[in-house]
Amino acid sequence: MAADYLDRLRREGRIVIVGASLAGLRAAETLRDEGFAGSLTLIGDEPYEPYDRPPLSKAVLLGKADPRHTELPRRREIDAKWRLGVPATALDMTAKRVRLADGDEVEYDRLLIATGVRARPWPKEPEAQLDGVFVLRTRDDAVGLHRRMKAGPRRVFVIGAGFTGSEIASACRDQGIPVTVAERAGAPLAGALGGVIGAVAADMHRENGVDLRTGVMVTALEGDTVGRVRAVHLSDGSVVEADVVVVSLGATRNTEWLTGSGLGAGPRGIACDAGCRAFDFRGIVTDDIFVAGDVARSPHALFGYQFLSLEHWGNAIAQAETAAHNMISPSSDRRPHLWVPAFWSSQFGVNIKSVGVPPMGEELMITQGSLAERRFVGVYGYQGRIIAAVSFDNTRWLEFYERMIETGAPFPVEFPTVDRRPEGRTPVSADFPDPSLPTHGPTVTLSGYSPADRQLVFTPARH
Amino acid sequence: MTQASILRQITDYSNRANPYPLYKELLKTPVLQDEEGGPYVVSSYWDIKGLLHDPRISSDAANLAAAGDDQAGIEETGLPPSFIRLDPPEHDRLRRMANSAFGPPHQPRRIDSMRGELAQIVSDLIDGLGDQRQIDLVDQFAYPFPVTVICRLLGVPREDEPRFRAWVDPLVASLDPDTRESATAEFRKSAQEARMQLGMYLAGLVEERTKNPRDDMLTDLATSRGPDGAMTMMEVLSTAVLLLIAGHETTVNLITNGMLTLLRHPDVLRRLREDPALSVNIVEELLRYEPPVQLVPQRTCIADIELRGVTIPKGSRIWLVLAAGNRDPERFQDPDRFDPDRGDIQHLGFGSGIHSCFGAPLARLETQIALTELARRLGNPRLIEDPPEYRPNAVLRGPRHLTIAFDDLLP
Ligand SMILES: Cc1cc2nc3c(=O)[nH]c(=O)nc-3n(C[C@H](O)[C@H](O)[C@H](O)COP(=O)(O)OP(=O)(O)OC[C@H]3O[C@@H](n4cnc5c(N)ncnc54)[C@H](O)[C@@H]3O)c2cc1C
Repeated sequence: MAADYLDRLRREGRIVIVGASLAGLRAAETLRDEGFAGSLTLIGDEPYEPYDRPPLSKAVLLGKADPRHTELPRRREIDAKWRLGVPATALDMTAKRVRLADGDEVEYDRLLIATGVRARPWPKEPEAQLDGVFVLRTRDDAVGLHRRMKAGPRRVFVIGAGFTGSEIASACRDQGIPVTVAERAGAPLAGALGGVIGAVAADMHRENGVDLRTGVMVTALEGDTVGRVRAVHLSDGSVVEADVVVVSLGATRNTEWLTGSGLGAGPRGIACDAGCRAFDFRGIVTDDIFVAGDVARSPHALFGYQFLSLEHWGNAIAQAETAAHNMISPSSDRRPHLWVPAFWSSQFGVNIKSVGVPPMGEELMITQGSLAERRFVGVYGYQGRIIAAVSFDNTRWLEFYERMIETGAPFPVEFPTVDRRPEGRTPVSADFPDPSLPTHGPTVTLSGYSPADRQLVFTPARH
Repeated sequence: MTQASILRQITDYSNRANPYPLYKELLKTPVLQDEEGGPYVVSSYWDIKGLLHDPRISSDAANLAAAGDDQAGIEETGLPPSFIRLDPPEHDRLRRMANSAFGPPHQPRRIDSMRGELAQIVSDLIDGLGDQRQIDLVDQFAYPFPVTVICRLLGVPREDEPRFRAWVDPLVASLDPDTRESATAEFRKSAQEARMQLGMYLAGLVEERTKNPRDDMLTDLATSRGPDGAMTMMEVLSTAVLLLIAGHETTVNLITNGMLTLLRHPDVLRRLREDPALSVNIVEELLRYEPPVQLVPQRTCIADIELRGVTIPKGSRIWLVLAAGNRDPERFQDPDRFDPDRGDIQHLGFGSGIHSCFGAPLARLETQIALTELARRLGNPRLIEDPPEYRPNAVLRGPRHLTIAFDDLLP
């Protein structure tokens, strides 16, 4: 009987978690918290115990934290078998087994996939391999980049002005390092927050002495005779000399290892239901495979049941907790993961926070404060509703706007607020770049099922 | 008990020692307008939290005056309102400037570096009890400790305490809704007078600091020039008045309520004696269970607000009963239980949103140190009178005296 099975699972089942980072760790802790007493295995391809990534582009680059010491605080003992430094390479759904790169196989009764994303590398491999070219996703990346920044580079070149790229630029300026930032869109953060807010970000860059180039693409990285990067070529014909280049072009989901497994996994992540149960490639929900964190994409009632992929720290935790709970609970006790997306960043001394899904917004109103002062709250509207909000140095109000999003409050915003200025009385276009053009990418991706995702060959039955 | 009378009962002194049954009653009507033209009283945790983050709610003294609250008259004394009585952007600017003299990121260590100093003040006060085996905790400890601290932090001479006490008392009394309602013109005038006098007293100190800067907050407030420019002299004074008063009036009650609660829960007191680290959770739970600031009566709404099906019309006064929200069964399991082992200790004790308590890091540290040391050093402490005598104030609630007996003073 199902209840018996669940009972046994909780007592002596085997749970395997692939991806030993934020989502993986928090899931493991939740499992134990909720009384899972069976065996727990955490598989991670990085050789380190779970550490925190947000500081890597902030405190670490500012020299305020050691990249080797951003371990995630432990909430409790988890008594797990750790398989670190070894990637999972395949999944056999029928035999319920995960294969590892070292040839081992691990059997599971329940599997949680939390393999996250990795930095998208510079596409031309020989150039990507030049000494001095970095991405920033892992502790190793941060150690390398941090070392170069301490050594006093002549100029750092950042490709892509999303959140991470902008944070890196900010850290450079904070330490007096000359930095150039190139962004294909018209402004930094435009992919995540739109061009109106992007213009404020652009001012922040320029006022802090960043050499910001927008509306351009990097065409080539040039090395010297001994294989060190020395210059960056741009689509407008200009060439910028730099001895450190950080490629900050967004992320790719770590799903390759699932190719051929039959799971609904692809370049946009792993589709799952609101309860974090993964879909197989036929769109049928599995009952023993769960997903959480950056690698997951799940439907959200507030956003038209679109599938959302979020690269958000808070989401990884909340989703991991929900997945863990559902993994060991009867269906009547399962919870949906209905997290309102929330993201924060800090750069050039400004705290930026967003809630909801800004890239879904068509129009924008500044409901508090002012763009010119760089202290404001902006609200995004979509089809007559508030769909997202962003604040610069005004975080404490966002809870209110989160509730407005949750309750589908109407847009435009007519009510008066404290600190409402004339500029915020009429909505303006939020000015997102054409989504078909690549920018470094937003941190929330709407990835509703598109025909291009379909891997199933459909053969209708013959009469 | 008729509902129309609850508010009056809460402000009525006879219920001061234990207002919690009344709060429970209040929670049955979480959005309550007691009488026509009176304030809307909000008592549930989530509603209060929501309103504290709601940009349609104003703290501006001028809006309050428009809503017909006589209290705002107190601000017409020549001293401009302090940031607690302002909305953004003025609030943000002043609070930001005050903060740059007080805490992170500008002075990240100002509070933490006081740890040793705080511990010293506490042990001196306890040593000073000498051979006494019965004390009034308020007069002999819970009051002098935070006063000494705020004086040092601001740079106000400690020996001037009796002078500023005479001005602070009527000011604090004027916060009490009961007093306010029955306030005579004369009482109101004396409160205004007191604020002015206190301002003038501080003006003398500030002037002196401008000439001879020192490492204290008055100097920083008066002389620092950040991205927002400098405060005007009047702004410095109203900020200093606020910090001086808020810097100790609340902590006195937190410490006293804390010791009272511990004496009523001897098992927790015993655990604290063995494990000082427990003080962190104890103080958080205290801020939920017996918060020094029981309610916030100084908000108005600048738009119609719908809450639980009630439309609070634009221009209405709103009271947020923090202490009731802290014991809201919708939010907390077993809310009337003092339990420092709660999984998630949350509370409204410091408010929330942009006006959340400016001095919270200091108040926490002071109370943690105070309770830990009292637990450690007083041998076999016990209450002589329970409940103790309370101060009249319904907003800033706490015992006026707390008589404690003990067997010996441990070293
Ligand atoms: C520099 C930086 C700054 C950030 N700043 C912010 C911020 O300010 N605010 C915010 O909200 N978010 C921020 N984020 C995003 C946040 O860190 C992520 O949302 C979060 O780390 C997601 O956690 P996760 O566990 O899902 O994935 P990850 O942290 O990516 O972990 C996945 C783990 O799985 C491993 N793995 C992958 N494939 C395999 C395999 N086949 N076998 C075994 N292991 C595998 C990976 O190596 C990795 O260790 C930032 C991220 C970075 C990189």
